[in-house]
Amino acid sequence: MRKGVMRPGHIQLRVLDMKEALGHYRDLLGLIEVETDAEGRVYLKGWTEVDKFSVVLREADEPGMDFVGYKVLNNDVLDQLQKDLVEFGCNVEEIPAGELTGCGRRVRFDSPTGHMFEIYAEKEQTGKWGVSNVNPDAWPRGLTGMKATRFDHCLLYGDDIDGTLKLFCDVLGFDLAEQVLDENGDRVAQFLTASMKAHDVAFIKHPEKGKFHHASFFLDTWEDVLRAADLISMEDVSLDIGPTRHGLTHGKTIYFFDPSGNRTEVFCGGDYHYPDHEPVTWTTDQLGKAIFYHDRVLNERFLTALT
Amino acid sequence: MSTQTVETDIKVHRIQVVNRNQEYLCRDDKSLLVGMELQNTQAIEVGCRGGGCGMCKIRILDGEFEKKRMSRAHVSEAEEGEGFALACRILPRGDMVIESDHFEPAQ
Repeated sequence: MRKGVMRPGHIQLRVLDMKEALGHYRDLLGLIEVETDAEGRVYLKGWTEVDKFSVVLREADEPGMDFVGYKVLNNDVLDQLQKDLVEFGCNVEEIPAGELTGCGRRVRFDSPTGHMFEIYAEKEQTGKWGVSNVNPDAWPRGLTGMKATRFDHCLLYGDDIDGTLKLFCDVLGFDLAEQVLDENGDRVAQFLTASMKAHDVAFIKHPEKGKFHHASFFLDTWEDVLRAADLISMEDVSLDIGPTRHGLTHGKTIYFFDPSGNRTEVFCGGDYHYPDHEPVTWTTDQLGKAIFYHDRVLNERFLTALT
Repeated sequence: MSTQTVETDIKVHRIQVVNRNQEYLCRDDKSLLVGMELQNTQAIEVGCRGGGCGMCKIRILDGEFEKKRMSRAHVSEAEEGEGFALACRILPRGDMVIESDHFEPAQ
């Protein structure tokens, strides 16, 4: 049952070199650089995103994800969910408004898979970049690279995915849209949604806690994905796999790495989910097709290269 | 001495991967990992190529090189002192002798 979580709102990633990272996220992906805060973190967004920022980059000596945040409907929802998270047993920390420039009070909590998440109700709304909210044109001139439209979701690897499923579904009101079950009927992958999208966050079972697999950005068309692939070759960017299609969610996709080894996806399409839909199930004997629908074979790197 | 000039200002160096009993020539403007891939050689596991995932962890036994920042999650300061490194963050500055396959996947 929905509990007032609207959408993925921001993700903070650690990078080894900020200048190189901006070459990836701003110049190649085509995100809009918004500002640099007093700590040196750089804020970016996709051009269609109404809120001020969705990606925060922090320079550090270990790449990976600091946290991913979800926006909730209002402060009443935030207060209620904060209580529910404490009751569930999460370690909950309140981050004051303004710690991320332009973002209101955040409630940060840990999870059984070892990842840090946040919810918040308020963020400065600067509007879509380069288009008006009144009689808007189709798209703005001046976009660069892949012209990524928005931060869409992330995929995380961790051990207790059952515990994190319970947290996201029972406390935060996400639905299980798609899953992979092994021969014993145990879930080894789960795709969760707070919306109509096939996934707003996904988890794959893995022995280590707190690992980051990829951050994903939405493109409108398959032609845009192919053009992204061209740019990846033109710039000699580290490619993982693609362009291809997933069986899971049926998204059309390409995976590549930022200069610090954090994986990025750009994709288009994908299935939709309503709250009354039963989860879509793939079985591990068809895992190759589930992950890479065309190759039907997993590459080891997709399972092993994590930050 | 195997060091050669291939293009203006680009030299190649011979990289010996002792545990795999292989060697390849690596340009000095590419990392040990990407230089290996350009030669269609498979002597080091390829992951993110950006110093993050640890799959290309090697131990450097001999040779001159330049080093870029790499994830502390995979190479601690103590290990770095013992010659451990990620091949994607090492640029050769002379012939090198290395040992690959030092990545330990999670069990």
